[in-house]
Amino acid sequence: MTAPAIELRHISKAFGPVQANKDISLSVAPRTIHGIVGENGAGKSTLMSILYGFYRADHGEILINGKPTEIPNSQAAIAAGIGMVHQHFKLVQNFSVLENVILGAEDDLLLKPSLKKARSLLEQLAEEYELRVDPDALIEDLSVGHQQRVEILKALYRRANVLILDEPTGVLTPAEADHLFRILSSLRDEGKTVILITHKLREIMAITDTVSVMRRGEMTATVRTVDTNPQHLAELMVGRSVLLRLEKKPAQPGRTVLNVRNLSVSDGRGVECVKNISLSVRSGEILGIAGVSGNGQTELLQVLGGLTPGTGQVDIDGSELPLTGPGSDARARRETGIAHVPEDRQQLGLIMDFMAWENMAFGYQHDDRCRRGPFLMNVNSMQDYCLENMQKFDVRPMSIEALAKNFSGGNQQKIVLAREIDRNPVLLVVGQPTRGVDVGAIEFIHQQILDLRDAGTAILLISVELDEILSLSDRVVVLFDGRIAGERITAETNEAELGLLMAGVTDASAPDKAANSA
Amino acid sequence: MDLLIVVQLLDSMLRLSAPLLFACLAGLYSERAGIFDIGLEGKMLASAFFSAAFAASTGSVWIGMCAGLTASVLLALVHGVASITFRGNQLISGVAINFLASGLTALVGQNWFKLGGRTPSLAGDARFLPVELPFASAVADVPVLGPIYSELLSGHTVLVYVGLLAVPATWWILFRTRFGLRLRAVGENPEAVDTGGISVARLRYQATLICGLLCGLGGAYLATGMAAGFIKDMTAGKGFMALAALIFAKWRPGYALYACLLFGLLEAIAIRYQSIEIQGVGTVPVQFMQALPYILTIIILAGFVGKAIPPRAGGEPYVKEL
Amino acid sequence: MNKVPKWVDVALIPLANLVLALLVSGLVVLWIGENPLKAMQIIVQGSLGSAYGLGYTLYYATNFVFTGLAVAVAFQARMFNIGGEGQALLGGVGVALVCLFINWPHWLLALPVAIAFGALFGAGWALIPAYLQARRGSHIVITTIMFNFIASALMVYLLVNQLKPAGQMSPESGPFVPGAHLPTAHEMLAWIGIGFPKSPPVNVTFIVALIACVLVWLLIWRTKLGYAIRAFGHNESAAQYAGISSFRIIMISMLISGGLAGLMAINSVMGEAERLLINSVQGAGFVGIAVALMGRSHPLGVLLAAILFGVLYQGGAELEFELPAVTREMIIVIQGLVILFTGALENMVRIPVENYFVRRGTGAR
Repeated sequence: MTAPAIELRHISKAFGPVQANKDISLSVAPRTIHGIVGENGAGKSTLMSILYGFYRADHGEILINGKPTEIPNSQAAIAAGIGMVHQHFKLVQNFSVLENVILGAEDDLLLKPSLKKARSLLEQLAEEYELRVDPDALIEDLSVGHQQRVEILKALYRRANVLILDEPTGVLTPAEADHLFRILSSLRDEGKTVILITHKLREIMAITDTVSVMRRGEMTATVRTVDTNPQHLAELMVGRSVLLRLEKKPAQPGRTVLNVRNLSVSDGRGVECVKNISLSVRSGEILGIAGVSGNGQTELLQVLGGLTPGTGQVDIDGSELPLTGPGSDARARRETGIAHVPEDRQQLGLIMDFMAWENMAFGYQHDDRCRRGPFLMNVNSMQDYCLENMQKFDVRPMSIEALAKNFSGGNQQKIVLAREIDRNPVLLVVGQPTRGVDVGAIEFIHQQILDLRDAGTAILLISVELDEILSLSDRVVVLFDGRIAGERITAETNEAELGLLMAGVTDASAPDKAANSA
Repeated sequence: MDLLIVVQLLDSMLRLSAPLLFACLAGLYSERAGIFDIGLEGKMLASAFFSAAFAASTGSVWIGMCAGLTASVLLALVHGVASITFRGNQLISGVAINFLASGLTALVGQNWFKLGGRTPSLAGDARFLPVELPFASAVADVPVLGPIYSELLSGHTVLVYVGLLAVPATWWILFRTRFGLRLRAVGENPEAVDTGGISVARLRYQATLICGLLCGLGGAYLATGMAAGFIKDMTAGKGFMALAALIFAKWRPGYALYACLLFGLLEAIAIRYQSIEIQGVGTVPVQFMQALPYILTIIILAGFVGKAIPPRAGGEPYVKEL
Repeated sequence: MNKVPKWVDVALIPLANLVLALLVSGLVVLWIGENPLKAMQIIVQGSLGSAYGLGYTLYYATNFVFTGLAVAVAFQARMFNIGGEGQALLGGVGVALVCLFINWPHWLLALPVAIAFGALFGAGWALIPAYLQARRGSHIVITTIMFNFIASALMVYLLVNQLKPAGQMSPESGPFVPGAHLPTAHEMLAWIGIGFPKSPPVNVTFIVALIACVLVWLLIWRTKLGYAIRAFGHNESAAQYAGISSFRIIMISMLISGGLAGLMAINSVMGEAERLLINSVQGAGFVGIAVALMGRSHPLGVLLAAILFGVLYQGGAELEFELPAVTREMIIVIQGLVILFTGALENMVRIPVENYFVRRGTGAR
């Protein structure tokens, strides 16, 4: 019996009061693809960072090929034959592929010999593993999929035997992901060991030999992939049977509030992210936007919130919204009655160093109740109504002078939601309402969204959590690669069908249904 | 304008651009590694003082230069500790270093020599003397090429030639060596370097030290080559003009040479002529010539003529995160 | 979540940094063979020990309040305005134009117009760097440095070629009209029967500086604009989410900053020199950086730090008189050390201190 390629024994790691890894033991057999699944924040990345020498474990030991090994830094990890492909690539954008590959692994004081060696090795690897990239291209000119291949090549150039990939498909198109999986399989067949970190169960089932599940810093199970199924893994991951369906009254849709026609949005680099989409939301109705993250949801949200320009036509209650130039900013959007709960509350929705009462007016500082005359803020009134909202939404600690950064994720989200709902918006656009939010707060937040619907607001809900989409929305639109892959009535669909749409299997009937429901 | 005037102008251009060139290359190493440095001025000043002071005391320009280099490198280390180890604001640290240098040189100078902040005049071995290139006097009479060789190229101090050679050397180091590759990488994306198992801090310290050495050479040249002694605040903004040249050169060694020569030429013209008549335009005041390097840099910065894109990770302290 | 008490942030850490800077300064004094404690005593005695010294201290402090507030307002929007020097120079030009060419019947009429012109010219000198930052992303630090140099060249040109009276050698303007003379502390205190020495240049501008502190406080913490400036300074993308225009904030905060720097000329040009000199700012623009850092960009902090630097500048002059070995430049060294410790090396003190309080907080629970 061969020794495990990697063995971790009783690894623990804490960041201040947060125990990121608790007494974790794991054994990865050589020549296998080993999956590690878990929700965001389960401790997967921390564990792999310990293995790669980015962090040092508080307790525990690491064995490589049966030998106890100290990994105090990345250099030691590389020497031990471990390579890592990070979720966010660590490439130098204006360097060529070759330069990136040799960076840190140059043989010589001069570059020439290393560049030559790397060039021939790259050719060889390209043959062996379908890892083809132009060695002289600059990284900034490569697609994301190709950039990822450069990361893999970097590891192989350093003679990695164990390759760790952290959420590798999050940014890839399905075709690119398939290609990646073929590369990984051939790497395994050539004798390498692969550790795949992901939260996508489909990938685990498709490619891994063994799978370990992490939850809240602990390793809850390690099973052979053939002996398990997605349902079972999901239960192990979340530790509760998947989200309960909420008590939901049937929707009473009224007039069409939001009407989007042929909307396109490009990102900062000129890449089109939303491609000619049309959809509508009626008052008293929740339209869910499902999709793997990075398929245009963020940009859709940003256009509606006034953060990004777009082209096409967007009407609110029959009057057209400017999509570029004056009148297309976030302030104008709010004045039209659009409330926006952003996907990233810490980066966008709140100023972390502002006090609760300042954040409760954030974006609405021009409202009558926030000002006294044309220039001054009305501090008393802002504080009063902050307290009022904090009571209504049970925000804890209930201190209007506490800084936003000192609230938990759930309470931060309650502040944002309270602020946006409070204005009785015509349309609420909300992104990832329960990301990083504790279970208790999830139910509360969901209930608030439903109550707002029943009060007649039109709601556009964007979430990567399919369960959330299914339990809240009345209709679902699936985005894939910036386009609408399909539209369904929630009651008449299921996870499997939506999953197909999310993977880009478009149905021709989608446009008809969209027309019917609009 | 006859040839002699042109040659003389170009000759003083070379002399005047040498300190700019040292400081500019110094800034290039530092900023390419992601450390902004507006303390070039202070480091040059410190080196100018200590090289002149030690040259005056010991009578050896070489001992003087070593003292100057030491002073400049020490200030560079302060900048490194502040901006690398303690992740402080690099711009603020640069400002502090300029003050420290300006205050300390005058304070210590007055205590040491009691000459109101100046050092005694240097002569003989306490100064860098002009180097006569081979055959300079022999070919001086050859028309056109003669004066160009003997007047313009020959007769500078050794540091001017060192400065000129530092340009191709810098290019070679940056683009042909392992150190250069890593240095450029750490200024663009320190994470790439860190995950490659190379210490970001170490590389940045190395760049900062090279920056200190080059500033030191610039300062030593100012006080013991170009002038014969130190006077209070003698750098007079040269460190900032070098910074301007660095931006003008878009952080590239070859362009840095051209930028420094251009700024040196403008200075030479400003020194020679109090005002310049340009037909159809009128009189250009000398102050305009003095301000021109800064105005040109503003135009480049504004991106109207080829946008200057600084190293991506410049000015940001590196904090390890995933 | 553990919190660090507020007094640690606003008082303990700046004080610790100041003490460190003074300790190192003490070492420098020791190095040049003098007694640092004696030097300290001379500084305090010379700056606060007499009405005469106090008058000078407050005069310097007035300059530093304006330049400190200028840097502080820009800091609130997370911009580093290093161009206070040039903006104050230009402010001087604005003030000089008002005081040279209009025959004012009374200073009460001249002062508001001079304030308007000083601020306008200072703001004008910040306009191009602000615009380039807002529209083209050109780094404000670099552009304002460049504008400092351009300002001093412009100043020489103006004084030599335009404002210098014919036949005069030194490059400075003629004297201002008598009606533009601002009352000094000596004159003002005489109105209410209090005696004060005649020579200290502290004048009515000190009161203007105090008012400026209050107005800046109101602006930053009590107006919608200040709210927007702070939000932008903390997080630019969140500010955009809240409908705050980055262009507007960069422009407005830099113009206010430049205007405040320009106001320094009321004190130094109109109040003291009563003519435009070639270097009327004398580094006060840079002192403003130290003042804003020490004062943590809060007007009250700026006021206290400005007085502290006033003490250093006035005390430093006395120091040179009493201990010839310790020249005026000692002040520049101290200033550099204050900037180094409170600005660049801030984390050296902050991180251990904060960790201590966080740990203590955890232990108590």
